[in-house]
Amino acid sequence: MAKNRLTVDTVVCKGCILCVPACPLGILAVDKETVNAKGYNPVKCTDMDACTGCAMCAMICPDSAIRLEREV
Amino acid sequence: MTKVLYEKSRGLTDTPLTYCPGCSHGIIHKLVAESLVELGLLENTITVASVGCSVLAYDFFNCDGIQAAHGRAPAVAVGIKRTNPDKIVFTYQGDGDLASIGTAEIIHAAHRGDNITVIFVNNAIYGMTGGQMAPTTLVGQKTSTSPLGRMENLQGRPLLVSEMLSTIPSATYIERTSVHDVPHIRKAKKAIKKAFQNQAENKGFSLVEVLAACPIGWGQTPVDAAKFVADEMASYYPLGLYKDEGVAK
Repeated sequence: MAKNRLTVDTVVCKGCILCVPACPLGILAVDKETVNAKGYNPVKCTDMDACTGCAMCAMICPDSAIRLEREV
Repeated sequence: MTKVLYEKSRGLTDTPLTYCPGCSHGIIHKLVAESLVELGLLENTITVASVGCSVLAYDFFNCDGIQAAHGRAPAVAVGIKRTNPDKIVFTYQGDGDLASIGTAEIIHAAHRGDNITVIFVNNAIYGMTGGQMAPTTLVGQKTSTSPLGRMENLQGRPLLVSEMLSTIPSATYIERTSVHDVPHIRKAKKAIKKAFQNQAENKGFSLVEVLAACPIGWGQTPVDAAKFVADEMASYYPLGLYKDEGVAK
């Protein structure tokens, strides 16, 4: 299966977590160990191998903080 | 080799958005930017920003822009379009701007059938100034100036802008969409793209109303605010196509 890579721009992410319920697999979560300069906890992907690259998280992100790539 | 599945649109600048966490403006900005890039219109576009949270929109869209006085964005856009008919001109206005102080300007831009595109963001509140009641605030909705909720006997029922503008003979395209979840975001993008395509084809006045969440102004989490849009707003403001008379002039 193709390998996907999800990167969250932790500087830009405001931790609104709109992406968390948008993910059909439920593999996005708040990264409580990281705090960005604005004081927000950004999100992270908890199971990159399961990601299908549907990009629904990226589509709903108001700050365009999610980038998705696929190894081909 | 890697293939990019999704990345920030080049129709947006690198300036970080100044909106609150979970604000729908960011999603709608993206849809406008992506539509302009996909239609190949970005380099030929002029943004007319309004007054409100989106006052700095010209900083975020990667094209030329100007900012108009409160509610007057359609009048400024018409001026630009009539003197530069080869440019794509759009206004980006909130409900406090378009549905309140700017009602005369939007009605007469539609009435003349001016060939501009209007993105109307309806979040049922004045976000920038501290969450005051707007003409679009729902009955019963609490705001800083309606602490007991909007009362129908005193303040009437919310203004239905898309329905109102669709009765204007020279308006070309009016559609109401929402961005509370991904399927609706896809539909909203289709509508926004069509509104720009109409202008490129010289079809006349196009307006897309987008129901949006203002989590901070409403005092809700972004996820709850998206649910409020889906359940409460969309039931008073029916989504759908109100007018489509796409005939090139």
